[in-house]
Amino acid sequence: MTRKKRRLLLIGSAVAVLGVALGLVLFAMRDTIVFFYGPTELAQKNIQPGARLRIGGLVKEGSVERLASQQVRFAITDSTSDVRVSYAGLLPDLFREGQGVVAEGVLQPDHTFVADKVLAKHDERYMPREVADALKKQGVWQGEEKAGAARP
Amino acid sequence: MIVEIGHYALVLALALSVIQTVLPFWGARARDASLMGIGPVAAVGAFVCVAIAFGALTWAYVTSDFTVRNVVENSHSLKPLLFRITGLWGNHEGSMLLWVLVVALFGALLAVARSMAPGVLRADALAVQGLISVAFLTFIISVSNPFARLVAPPAEGQDLNPILQDIGLAIHPPLLYIGYVGFSLVFAFAAAALIGGRIDAIWARAVRPWCLIAWVFLTLGIAMGSYWAYYELGWGGFWFWDPVENASFMPWLSGTALLHSILVMEKRDALKVWTILLAILTFSLSLLGAFLVRSGVLTSVHAFATDPGRGLFILAILVFFIGGGFALFAWRAPLLKTGGLFAPISREGALVVNNLLLATACATVFIGTLYPLALEGLTGDKISVGPPFYDATFVPLAMALLLLIPFGQALAWKRGDLAGAVSRLLFVMGVSIVACLAIVFIQRGGPVLAVIGLWLGIFVFVGGVNEILSRSWKRGAPLSVVLRRAAGLPRSAWGAAVAHAGVGVCVIGLAAQAWSIETLGSARPGQPLTVGPYDVVLTDSFSRQVANYREDVARFHVLQGGVIIRTVDASKRFFPARNTSTTEAGISTIGFGQVYVALGDAGEHGLGVRLYWKPWVLLIWIGALIAAIGGALSFSDRRLRVGAPTRGRRKEPAGKEAVAIATVAAQ
Repeated sequence: MTRKKRRLLLIGSAVAVLGVALGLVLFAMRDTIVFFYGPTELAQKNIQPGARLRIGGLVKEGSVERLASQQVRFAITDSTSDVRVSYAGLLPDLFREGQGVVAEGVLQPDHTFVADKVLAKHDERYMPREVADALKKQGVWQGEEKAGAARP
Repeated sequence: MIVEIGHYALVLALALSVIQTVLPFWGARARDASLMGIGPVAAVGAFVCVAIAFGALTWAYVTSDFTVRNVVENSHSLKPLLFRITGLWGNHEGSMLLWVLVVALFGALLAVARSMAPGVLRADALAVQGLISVAFLTFIISVSNPFARLVAPPAEGQDLNPILQDIGLAIHPPLLYIGYVGFSLVFAFAAAALIGGRIDAIWARAVRPWCLIAWVFLTLGIAMGSYWAYYELGWGGFWFWDPVENASFMPWLSGTALLHSILVMEKRDALKVWTILLAILTFSLSLLGAFLVRSGVLTSVHAFATDPGRGLFILAILVFFIGGGFALFAWRAPLLKTGGLFAPISREGALVVNNLLLATACATVFIGTLYPLALEGLTGDKISVGPPFYDATFVPLAMALLLLIPFGQALAWKRGDLAGAVSRLLFVMGVSIVACLAIVFIQRGGPVLAVIGLWLGIFVFVGGVNEILSRSWKRGAPLSVVLRRAAGLPRSAWGAAVAHAGVGVCVIGLAAQAWSIETLGSARPGQPLTVGPYDVVLTDSFSRQVANYREDVARFHVLQGGVIIRTVDASKRFFPARNTSTTEAGISTIGFGQVYVALGDAGEHGLGVRLYWKPWVLLIWIGALIAAIGGALSFSDRRLRVGAPTRGRRKEPAGKEAVAIATVAAQ
């Protein structure tokens, strides 16, 4: 094999691997990325049911219902709009009424939301970033709270 | 007083680091040995000063000196001693001090270690390492001072975030920082080689030990962090593809590539420019990690702009070193004499493929980590890139890489024989397929991807074992001969085989998680819940007061076929100082698997629990540990120690060093 051929082979294989990787990334970008909305945005944007989303806001006071076998229903609010959420599983330690949460799951045709993941961080001062931004948009944000210490 | 000494020592360390940067560099240009000789002294001095500063802050923490703001914000007098000490690096200022301590430590190690690097290269490397110290010390002293006092000290501290009050905080950050920062020295050597305009196998030999140290510690640090998240966060997950985790994983990927490309450079004098590029890239990714974690950009893109002092300063350091590194590369790399090309089917050819795959895999993680930040900055759209993205991009590349590991190992340097390698691997393939099928049969099937993953893990593991066996075992040879031959193999051969076997073990553990079982339920005393092959039953619940928290404990028995085999406690802890509670999962190890009990809320239906049976989950971390041991074995290879006596000629170390230096001089 000549020098030129070897060099071509090297460059060719590099291009091939990078091409495959680029294809994978573009493919994954289309299917696996999850958008985040606040309740008001969700109502305005007219999103198709069945889409995978993250929604965030405050857990509405008095909305939490605990059913049998770890089923929970609650509403996420930004004080303008609400979204009804149902979830099966253990809630995080700091899940409380009036606290910020992010729920990931699927929007149903009746505009309720079935979550398979509920996130609330472990520090009481911490507000999930998206929630803080969504609340700021609605003008119900109360003061700049310091984010909790992340893992170093 | 002690706190002021610490602050003063830090300023002194900055002055010494400036000397460490300027004088050796100047001496190297002027070929002045006495100027170059000041470098090591300054480096050791700077390290001692930073160590004094670190000791002073530790003292403030241990004695709960609440006149220091950093201590007030992160400590509490009731906290156990260990967590009072580790609380030091559980916050921004303290962790930056730890970072600088490790930078200075590596500078000092380079100064005192016997190295085969020629004098000028070493002086330049020391100067670049000094520059890194200067940058971070300036950062600490100007905007992130851990010694700042409070005018009106409170009587009690605000305590440390309870989730960080764990033995994990004592181990994880130091390991991770030694790994991260270890690559700074590799970067320093790369910059020095570019400044000097020469790079060769001697460079590779001088750098490889440092690269190995950094890699071993980074591997351990990541594994420890993952285990910590697994037992502390209570979700039963061990890797979340969270930006903070990715920040440590990216340097690991490119560092692993670097470790392999340095090998090609050492053995075949090729891939020089690429190796230099990787060295710059790896440290750049370490810095990027520090920036992502420490600037607050992850908490909010906007929070970054509201705290410009710190965020912008770290960004400036990042731009200076990454930009400077790449500028130097663009300017000087064309001067480097490139090495020869080589046959595609050979060990070095396989290592090129390894590098290609690792670098590409690293790029996909990079995109997944930074794309959401970029998108939000540009359009305001908020997205989350989670595990599905990495499953679709990183995992296929990693699988291709795993598949190729045993083949690469079986190929010879220079001119490999693919047919021969395949035929030598037939045994390995057969064994791994049979073992995999047996496991799948016992488990009664499983997801296809998991079965492939399981096979790959076994294949890589058996390939690693075979690497030693095939080189020591001969038909009909007695066991003692085989053992003697195995013991006589070079440590680096053992290191590679053990590290690859460790990767295999880790992959087996990862793949086995496809068979893990999750049960949600309400636990009532005496009513067992089934999780996989076991039953878990609540037997007792009680409260107790421990140090700085109150704990509600639920005690469970784990039963197998009606017989109690384990007792496990899960608890909820309440920390009054921060009005925060945490959940402590109860974990019971059975073989390599674990039963994992996480508590929820108590309701009218009983105590909410989430139970997991995670078969072979420990293999994930045991595999990482084995891989790190492999790295350490490789590090102990006598060929990496310059002037180390070779077998049979133990009396003339100085002679060999002289020869090495003469060879360099002659080039």
